[in-house]
Amino acid sequence: MSNFFLPAATLWQRELVRFWRQKSRLLGVIASPLVIWLLIGYGSNTLGRFYAGALVLTVMFSAIFSTISIIEDRREGFLLSMLVSPAPRTSMVLGKILGAATLAWIQGVIFLLFAPLAGFQIGLVEGLAVAGAIFLISFTLTGMGFVIAWKMESTAGFHAIMNLLLMPMWMVSGALFPLAEAHGWVKGIMWVNPLTYAISLLNHTLAVPNVTPGAAESLAVTVAFGVGLLLVCGVLAAQKSTRSAA
Amino acid sequence: MIEVQNLTHRYGPRLALSGVTFIVGKGEIFGLLGPNGGGKSTLFRILSTMMIPTGGHAVLAGHDVVREAAAVRRHVGVVFQSQSLDKALTVEENLRAQGHLHGLHGAPLRERMEHAMEQLGLSDRRRDLVEMLSGGLRRRVEIAKALLHRPQVLLMDEASTGLDPAARRDLSNYVDGLRRREGVTILLTTHILEEADRCDRLVLLHQGKIVAEGTPAALRSRIGGDVVVLETEDTVSLAGGIQRRFGLQPKVMDGQVRVEIENGHRFITEVVEAFPGTVESVALHKPTLEDVFVRETGASIE
Repeated sequence: MSNFFLPAATLWQRELVRFWRQKSRLLGVIASPLVIWLLIGYGSNTLGRFYAGALVLTVMFSAIFSTISIIEDRREGFLLSMLVSPAPRTSMVLGKILGAATLAWIQGVIFLLFAPLAGFQIGLVEGLAVAGAIFLISFTLTGMGFVIAWKMESTAGFHAIMNLLLMPMWMVSGALFPLAEAHGWVKGIMWVNPLTYAISLLNHTLAVPNVTPGAAESLAVTVAFGVGLLLVCGVLAAQKSTRSAA
Repeated sequence: MIEVQNLTHRYGPRLALSGVTFIVGKGEIFGLLGPNGGGKSTLFRILSTMMIPTGGHAVLAGHDVVREAAAVRRHVGVVFQSQSLDKALTVEENLRAQGHLHGLHGAPLRERMEHAMEQLGLSDRRRDLVEMLSGGLRRRVEIAKALLHRPQVLLMDEASTGLDPAARRDLSNYVDGLRRREGVTILLTTHILEEADRCDRLVLLHQGKIVAEGTPAALRSRIGGDVVVLETEDTVSLAGGIQRRFGLQPKVMDGQVRVEIENGHRFITEVVEAFPGTVESVALHKPTLEDVFVRETGASIE
């Protein structure tokens, strides 16, 4: 057992220690969603409606920032020695994803401090529910970042995917406008976009009225998406190849 | 300790390794010498279980690199050409993380970390962040890390890259001591001649094939006598002239004519007198591994 959990724990801890030593990262991740939120929110008088979207953006930036390091680490870095160690690949994946998800979660929770600006009154019980939802979303987005980064040879490719896939996914997730107000084919996309369920889950825990999809549905889809991505990550990392892993 | 049999690897249509076979005994320092692109890195990746070969077998410490990769990883330490340390962590933290990856923890891990840091003279730098260390010190941390789980085999890929000559000598001495004290088998890749010269045995790799194998001395003795290098404007006609006049087989390379010959000093006077005014400079040296490589491949290592 220790051969599985010890490597995972050490990689998790490594992410936290690295983050603590580069605290400026925090500013980079939180500042930009905060500015976007305040500009759009105040400008269109939708601070409350746009809040969940901005929080998810914070979590997404953090998840991307963490998983992009996989690409750099593979050429030169710690990943090299992980790949030639006897630790199970699945345990490394778990450690890396949990570590990155924890960082994303911390940053999401810090963003939660701005909730009163949007008019949300969050007590202890609601706070726990919101924090739980943020963790679930952090985990899911980190898994998504991992799947993208694992096969990628350059960070430039990751940026392309971020602009072409992740940002549009976020835009049509209910982050900018609710599902109920969407039109035509975009509405269809929103229904199948897993991020839609992440946003609605967060809105439910924030007690925003009239949120679609429903709470149970949102929770189920987000959990399923996260678990599915974790499995994909495990399979990807365990693959043997005649092409070099590094 | 290392058995490589008919190892072949293709990257798509490109043949990077072709029927490579050799055996390394316990406690040997074995070198892979060759130019970049000669197949060293491919072979290294396969032996370190980072990639499975498209053909052939390799067995390290009794385990097959493809079928028993996990067992190989337990018994083999790897020092990469590029850095594998986490620069944001301290020396100690890097070693501890490595230990955890190998399932070591608690007192046994602490003991091994102490031992490794002491061996490599890192004890007083343990709390330094790796990014603050010099290139030579970082290499030492890399080695400490690779040895933490007491591997039977140590694989080193161009481990002296970027080191100054003094640091390179230190590294060589340490590797030698490691073999003598602990009987670790060492396989290293290099394109640096002095480093290759300090191996017990080596193979020369060129275009994915082994072109020569043996001890450095035995390889050098393939060249009977001395090597004379002549510079001239028209290398081809000088080479032709030497061939006709002396019955030798000169090689033309990089604007030079190279001749292998016994009693080279006598040949120099003869050749300069035989072709007056054509020879611009002459140099004579005892055979090096570079000369052996040139002889076997017609190409140079650098």
